[in-house]
Amino acid sequence: MHLDHSHDGPAAVSADAHRPDGTRRALRIGLGGPVGSGKTATVAALCRALRDQLSLAVVTNDIYTREDAEFLLREAVLPPERITAVETGACPHTAIRDDISANLEAVEDLEDDLGPLDLILVESGGDNLTATFSKGLVDAQVFVIDVAGGDDIPRKGGPGVTTADLLVVNKTDLAPYVGSDLARMAADAKEQRGDLPVVLQSLRSEAGVGEVAAWVRARLAAWTA
Amino acid sequence: MTRAALLVLADGRFPAGGHAHSGGAEAAVKAGRITGAAGLEEFCRGRLHTSGAVSAALAAAAALGVDPVALDGAADARTPSAALRVAARKLGRQLMRAARTTWPHPELDALARQFPKGAHQPVVLGLAARAAGLGPEDAAYCSAYEGVSGPATAVVRLLSLDPFDATGVLARLAPEVDLVVRDAVDAARRAVDLGVDALPAGSAPLLEIGAEAHAAWPVRLFAS
Repeated sequence: MHLDHSHDGPAAVSADAHRPDGTRRALRIGLGGPVGSGKTATVAALCRALRDQLSLAVVTNDIYTREDAEFLLREAVLPPERITAVETGACPHTAIRDDISANLEAVEDLEDDLGPLDLILVESGGDNLTATFSKGLVDAQVFVIDVAGGDDIPRKGGPGVTTADLLVVNKTDLAPYVGSDLARMAADAKEQRGDLPVVLQSLRSEAGVGEVAAWVRARLAAWTA
Repeated sequence: MTRAALLVLADGRFPAGGHAHSGGAEAAVKAGRITGAAGLEEFCRGRLHTSGAVSAALAAAAALGVDPVALDGAADARTPSAALRVAARKLGRQLMRAARTTWPHPELDALARQFPKGAHQPVVLGLAARAAGLGPEDAAYCSAYEGVSGPATAVVRLLSLDPFDATGVLARLAPEVDLVVRDAVDAARRAVDLGVDALPAGSAPLLEIGAEAHAAWPVRLFAS
């Protein structure tokens, strides 16, 4: 997968771990999941947790607006030049899986413009349970669901739930109000995912995004090792 | 050369970023100029004979080996709307990535070095065809066809148009695509000797104006 090393043009191979100048590129982590599950809130919390130690940037994939990028800008989780919005032509899953060219352009431009980065978070537009990221675009992916979307989602499975490198069950603080059984969700997720990790989180709790941030740090340590 | 390479390059699923663009159809739908299959057909016909004919000729000329830098300048001069120039370069860059991985070729590498942020898409398309061992007619067919198939796909999403009706529009336009391709290849062959001024310079003012308006919308489904 090092086709690009025979010449000095821009990178032609998406998954190549090195930039055209030979330096290691940023780790790319994708965050996907259904609409409203808390992807953008998780990205914002991750930025706040990691920005003091890491050089990071975010790519958002809104379906028809720039709302997610604007939310991150409004919350000032990162300086504006570190947030890029990709337009997806009504097909968010296409832009992260079948035709990743616009997203690759965005991640490469961020590193070209800002200098070497440690981490780029790529947030997908809200989609369905089958939407996963191409391995040509990200090195690892997080699938975010929430307790209010129905506690049967882990049992239903689908590529996002079963194969994502990390499954996040978000908004656990809402469980009592929507009648979701957290123990059942955790057991179903375990059943579907085997040894792959699952985090149950509430961004309103004191622990917040801590477990997910620790997982990201571990991935980054492995990437740079 | 293999005939099937043409199918690879012309496939709507070829991962070169086109799915996020409507070819001006989103602006035309919002303005009420496309409300159904009949409007889509007129829109596509207009696009085919104006910007489509120019793109097809640029692609054919690039496939014939006309200097791509001169062709890129010719494309700039034939695209009054800044928003459309930006879109064409974005799509050119994305196509370049896909083409270089699919059909590695020193001429693609050279153009990528020359235009790291993207050359005009029809120029890259013609060079990609050349890298794939295809000829000017093939390049012109790819360009002319995607110039109408892109808006047709977009309108299916924008208006929930019956997909069979949209495909019927493309089938009815096929004989006109043949004519546009024939003229495009003729012009491209003239450009080999006479330079890029021999290429057509048709334009559709409403496409240009629509693209400028569309680029300023806060909420839209497509990038252009």
